[in-house]
Amino acid sequence: MPDLLIELFSEEIPARMQAGARDALRERVTNGLVEAGLTYAAARAWSTPRRLTLAVEGLTARSPDLREERKGPRTDAPEQALEGFLRSTGLSREQLQARDDKKGQVWVAILEKPGRPAPEIVAEVLEATIRSFPWPKSMRWGTGSLRWVRPLQSILCILSDEAGAEIVPLEVDGIRAGDVTRGHRFMAPEPFRVTGIEDYQAKLKRGFVMLDQDERAAHIWHEATNAAFAQGLELVEDRGLLAEVAGLVEWPVVLMGAIREEFLSLPAEVLQTSMKEHQKFFSVRDPGTGRIVRFVTVANRETPDNGETILHGNGKVLAARLSDAAFFWGNDLAVARAGMEEWRAALGQVTFHNKLGSQADRIARIEALASEIEPLVGADPDLAAQAARVAKLDLASSMVYEFPELQGTMGRYYALEAGLGDAVANAARDHYSPLGPSDDVPTEPVSVAVALADKLDTLTGFWAIDEKPTGSKDPFALRRAALGVIRLVLGNGVRMSLSEMGLGHLMRSHVVRSGEGRNGDGYGFGGQTDFLIEFFVMLSGGGFGGGDYQKAEFWRAEATEKTSDLLAFFHDRLKVFLKDQGIRHDVIDACLSMPGNDDLTLLVRRAEALNAVLRTEDGENLVQGFRRANNILTQAEAKDGVEYSFGADPKFAEDPAETALFAALDAAEAAIGPAMGAEDFAAAMAAMASLRGPIDAFFEAVQINAENPILRRNRLNLLHRIRATCLSVADLTRIEGG
Amino acid sequence: MSDGKPRSFQEIILRLQDYWAAKGCAILQPYDMEVGAGTFHPATTLRALGSRPWAAAYVQPSRRPTDGRYGENPNRLQHYYQYQVLIKPSPPDLQDLYLGSLAAIGIDFDYHDIRFVEDDWESPTLGAWGLGWEVWCDGMEVSQFTYFQQVGGHDCRPVSGELTYGLERLAMYVLGIDHVMDMPFNDPDAPIPLKYGDVFRQTEEEYSRWNFDVADTAKLLHFFEAAEAECGRILDHPQLDPRSGKRIIMVHPAYDQCIKASHFFNLLDARGVISPTERQAYIGRVRALAKRCADAFVETNAGGWTGDAPAAAE
Repeated sequence: MPDLLIELFSEEIPARMQAGARDALRERVTNGLVEAGLTYAAARAWSTPRRLTLAVEGLTARSPDLREERKGPRTDAPEQALEGFLRSTGLSREQLQARDDKKGQVWVAILEKPGRPAPEIVAEVLEATIRSFPWPKSMRWGTGSLRWVRPLQSILCILSDEAGAEIVPLEVDGIRAGDVTRGHRFMAPEPFRVTGIEDYQAKLKRGFVMLDQDERAAHIWHEATNAAFAQGLELVEDRGLLAEVAGLVEWPVVLMGAIREEFLSLPAEVLQTSMKEHQKFFSVRDPGTGRIVRFVTVANRETPDNGETILHGNGKVLAARLSDAAFFWGNDLAVARAGMEEWRAALGQVTFHNKLGSQADRIARIEALASEIEPLVGADPDLAAQAARVAKLDLASSMVYEFPELQGTMGRYYALEAGLGDAVANAARDHYSPLGPSDDVPTEPVSVAVALADKLDTLTGFWAIDEKPTGSKDPFALRRAALGVIRLVLGNGVRMSLSEMGLGHLMRSHVVRSGEGRNGDGYGFGGQTDFLIEFFVMLSGGGFGGGDYQKAEFWRAEATEKTSDLLAFFHDRLKVFLKDQGIRHDVIDACLSMPGNDDLTLLVRRAEALNAVLRTEDGENLVQGFRRANNILTQAEAKDGVEYSFGADPKFAEDPAETALFAALDAAEAAIGPAMGAEDFAAAMAAMASLRGPIDAFFEAVQINAENPILRRNRLNLLHRIRATCLSVADLTRIEGG
Repeated sequence: MSDGKPRSFQEIILRLQDYWAAKGCAILQPYDMEVGAGTFHPATTLRALGSRPWAAAYVQPSRRPTDGRYGENPNRLQHYYQYQVLIKPSPPDLQDLYLGSLAAIGIDFDYHDIRFVEDDWESPTLGAWGLGWEVWCDGMEVSQFTYFQQVGGHDCRPVSGELTYGLERLAMYVLGIDHVMDMPFNDPDAPIPLKYGDVFRQTEEEYSRWNFDVADTAKLLHFFEAAEAECGRILDHPQLDPRSGKRIIMVHPAYDQCIKASHFFNLLDARGVISPTERQAYIGRVRALAKRCADAFVETNAGGWTGDAPAAAE
């Protein structure tokens, strides 16, 4: 069983593309080999900045011979049928055999497909893989038309076994496959021959190339943590950076350097971000003070001076970068101490969205909304308003201009510097959260109020101007904002009517207010924030003829429609979110049709209770009983053209099971009403589930469609009571399955 | 000129000139107009188009009005030099050729860490893009290395390889200088030794003041529009010149106007009178000019036009 070794040697492959390229190379080549009839024992792919390598062990040397018999037309069939058969099999008449069949004598073609040698198959598969490789971005070079991520310089492709290595005959756009590769660009540039997978790995290591990206990453991590540890320091973990740096070097050499004294007072996040973004340095922290005091850079070579020149150069570049950062920090602190007014003014000139006004407009809206939300989350009203006013001011700071990812982080520093206290400062930092599904949800009331206000303003705003996400397009990250609202509300148990809050905000902030009269706008109405004006003017065909009252009604209707559309969007996101929590979508649907569905906390409590009860045997069977009752009743109502809702009378109960059901319904209804009133959904669900036994017994003992019409009517009315009682808890008609 | 480490800014430039001359490039002179980068030189922008082979290297003074710091910042300047190499088709050993140029200016690979770090290049104003790297020497970006894929909206066939060296930064690194104004311009032992600051500090001050506060924005806007109109007007002329009876497409005069428009835009930007939304619109207008020039260039001899039929549009 030979081993296959492929190396695609190119100019430097971007680090971020290497992992995907390894997977693609392994999958495409092995799939191609298998489709062509070969099998293999194991396949592994590696990458360095200059090479993409695949090793396939235990490959079969040939694909198997295939023999297929294909039955054709009867021997007495018309000539055309036979000709068609010959064409489709590619045989001549002499090569066919006549055989007896149940229906008489038929022609049979014996198709033999001899197996093919592995090199032939490998050559085909590899060429196809190279020509259609899924690079995120690829290019041409020179006069060629081949596309690769960067110029492809050589191909190594050999099949090797105990007898030796064989070069796979392959040529792609003038690049002929061979058994030669090279080591490190500077440390071992001479080409060398390779005879197999192990030989390749060993020779590369001698040529200062650590082929395995995981080995490089582990090496870097190990060396860097050791270097830090030796000085009583700790390396700041950064897996993304580690993978990237491992993709930038073939022979990693870890070097640790000092950060100049004058920069040590910069916030840790600033040092870390600047070093990572610009220089791809790791940060080293003093565990005692929490400050970043050293950097780790990873060079791609050993040097006679043990990296001194390299470290000196890197330190110099870092100093230049940090001088910039220190300059920004100094400027920003001065503005912060003066109360940040300069930034407030600047944000008036910065467009948030051309239909949604400036950042200053946006901040004013968030402040208004935060004041509405603040009583619901128990935040201090003054602090919530203040936090909303300052939370985004850092967007105008030099530091955030330079490092946008530090928004919020800097806001907290600057708010503290302005003497605004922890609650406000933390809100500046935390109001962007939660960003991802695993990001922590803020819990401090002021932060929660501002975070909710920020996200709801964004959502209502973009809904107002009809910029909703479509398909995979969500340029304003509105899905994330909606999920953020959901997690903030649920995580903090916030009781809030999203519809009222959304509608109120739409009317107050995104729709012109009627009757205030704006001068010179030609419409005779106005308000401070009239982003929807064009939208509504367009909708109404260009102008309003009616009075203010009509205008107000028109806007209210529009805003109401948008609010309910936004609520549906929240419900969609909620379903996705709850599905991940193990709550079925039909369970959510069953709760969505209940009142108060715009109060997400209430909605989810109901769904959780229903989900729990459906997992019990009683709950599961109750749904069956409910469905049966509902079906019979619905059919009878359709057939009879009446609604059986007149109240069943226990005096017509004939069977003890029937009497028992009356009693059970009385008891359940008595329990459900107060439980629902107290929002004790678990108790209400339990009371509903307790009907399971009596309902089952009732169906067992009693025939609904009794011959006596009085009995029949009474039983149908009893079914109606079952339905009504269950539906008062949740819409069980939405529950799927049987 | 001696081996070993260069001693001045100009020695680095001269060594690059010698090196690329020895590698067969035509050593051109700077283009005589204000440009933002060496790429704007017609020897790059236009010559990257069409099928004719090309190899040129040159120094290009470049202006970025927004980067002016009154000569005080250690490495930011509103006027600086780029060294530019363009070879079409890109030779297979372009990386090695490039590394040879670093060796020529005294960078010893035994002691330094040279890296090719992904950096895709795009010029929205030129409608051009390419893939390549920024080249790092000990963590310092010393060059841009790009394989042009499109220029002026045209696919590049063959592909040109472009190298751009930020000369001041590279030289400061090689010479071990911390502030650009302290860098020896000529040989430090010359009878009249000059530092970079002796040559450029005053002009940095003057231009910074003019760029940021004094340039007349109404006039600049007018100049921008005039250049834009003139570019279009030139290209609107019929190909046949009635005076000489020859087919003369006036690409370069038109392209000069495109360069002017681009520079006026940069000046307006530095004056802070262009809002983010308008910015995109201005860039789009310059790109439209660049695109028209590119369209016209491929209809000329230098652009690969063969005379029988109009070159097929890409």
